[in-house]
Amino acid sequence: MPEILDYDFMRRALLAAALVGLAAPVVGIFLVQRRLSLIGDGLGHVALAGVAAGLLTGQAPVWTALAAAVAAALLLETVRWRGQTSGDVVLAVIFYGGIAGGVVLISLAPAGNAANLAPYLFGAITTTTAADVRVFAVLAVVLLSSALVLRPWLFAVSNDEEYARAVGLPAQAVNIALAVMTAVTVVLSMRTVGLLLISALMVVPNATAQQLAGSFRASLATAVGIGLVASVSGVTTSYYADVPSGGTIVLLAIAGFVAAVGIRAARDRLPARDRSAAP
Amino acid sequence: MTVPVALEVRRLTVSYNARPVLWDVDAAFPAAALSAIVGPNGAGKSTLLRAALGLVASDSGQALIQGRPVRSALGRVAYVPQRDAVDWDFPITVREVVEMGRYRQTGWVRRVARSDRMLVEDCLERVGMRPYATRQIGALSGGQRQRVFLARALCQQAPVLVMDEPFAGVDARTEASLLGLLSELRDTEGRSVIVVHHDLATARSAFDWALVLNVRAVACGPVSEALTAATLRRAYGAVTTDAPGEQEDLWTT
Repeated sequence: MPEILDYDFMRRALLAAALVGLAAPVVGIFLVQRRLSLIGDGLGHVALAGVAAGLLTGQAPVWTALAAAVAAALLLETVRWRGQTSGDVVLAVIFYGGIAGGVVLISLAPAGNAANLAPYLFGAITTTTAADVRVFAVLAVVLLSSALVLRPWLFAVSNDEEYARAVGLPAQAVNIALAVMTAVTVVLSMRTVGLLLISALMVVPNATAQQLAGSFRASLATAVGIGLVASVSGVTTSYYADVPSGGTIVLLAIAGFVAAVGIRAARDRLPARDRSAAP
Repeated sequence: MTVPVALEVRRLTVSYNARPVLWDVDAAFPAAALSAIVGPNGAGKSTLLRAALGLVASDSGQALIQGRPVRSALGRVAYVPQRDAVDWDFPITVREVVEMGRYRQTGWVRRVARSDRMLVEDCLERVGMRPYATRQIGALSGGQRQRVFLARALCQQAPVLVMDEPFAGVDARTEASLLGLLSELRDTEGRSVIVVHHDLATARSAFDWALVLNVRAVACGPVSEALTAATLRRAYGAVTTDAPGEQEDLWTT
């Protein structure tokens, strides 16, 4: 067994990384399709306020972050559905409100200061507790099974909302479900990837898959593969190089994206005759 | 009216930001017929379809599909939106797009069943796109994409088919073959097809029924009665082409 697995904290960190690497691209593919790539960022900021509230009140930060992120997701979708304010402005208000609230709340905590938030923002491998892993496993199972069950509806609504509504699909409910799933993914990421970087793990593997795959199914499979590899190898690298896990994971994912763009460019230069032979 | 009606709007008024887009429109489209909605740009043609399907809120009036309120009749109508309404950057195959037409029937727990898959292949075959089933939708030409959307709508197996500008940006040959297919749907299956259309010449030659629209309903009836020089002058102004500049004067008269 490699040395890295001798430590309990590393086993927990790798498990948490695998869960988020699996779940984030699954939720992200619908966000990318809907052109809502940045919603995970906004919800991450609100989850930060939740973390600070947890530290202030002595509650487990995972649960307070989850409550804050889900509440923000519901608020965002409700306001957007009513159409009074543009989704962009709502997102910005939530975004800044979350991070401002987080910083102010943490300063009120006993011995609290903004530095306490750094591991939540950027991920840190030593912070995942056994209780966290249990919560994350439950959240990941809920997320993946929701995505599996709702896949056709999420696909239709994210792809062409007007058509989905004309067919009679419950577009609003599907949008709310997607927003809540995004909030849950954000919380799932808070130990390994970090609340400021989770959006990258939802978006970048899908952007990469989009370069390589020819169908939605293939894109999803490719993105999940990339997410898993990036998050597990990122945590491993983080251990050996002693750097924050979130940043490492995201840099690896981006390296994958750059490679995919290169592969795509090389493939596009092939004569059409050769390409038509491919499936 | 003794002829069965596919789609009917009664006293429909829709406005965007307090500006009326449709004003007190009454129109009925017969079953088992090809109907065209014609009118200048900004006449509210697309809005009429979207309001009839409940996709935009109307200020007053109602829409009936086969005599039923739209909400309870969405399963009876299939919609082909304007082709440029969706950005198709994401890798999605032709088959995956057409399968969407079955999602209402399959619901959210069940997978797309074998019979549904056969239906998808059938619909692709009918529009001549089966050889392209594994192609990415984004890589197709405008005309090919329009066929795919028609296949998706056919997959819904709805008796009423509603299409928004299906021939915009489509070459003449594709338009002719799509029109041929629509006539076939009318003749062999008795489907009712309602199309927002730009070209008055094909509206006369290929369609049975027409609504001439310019915010208000100018005329609605068999093409020989609805598409007269007088009604077109009222809808388009002096010239019988798309003349968006004329619309302001017209709806205040």
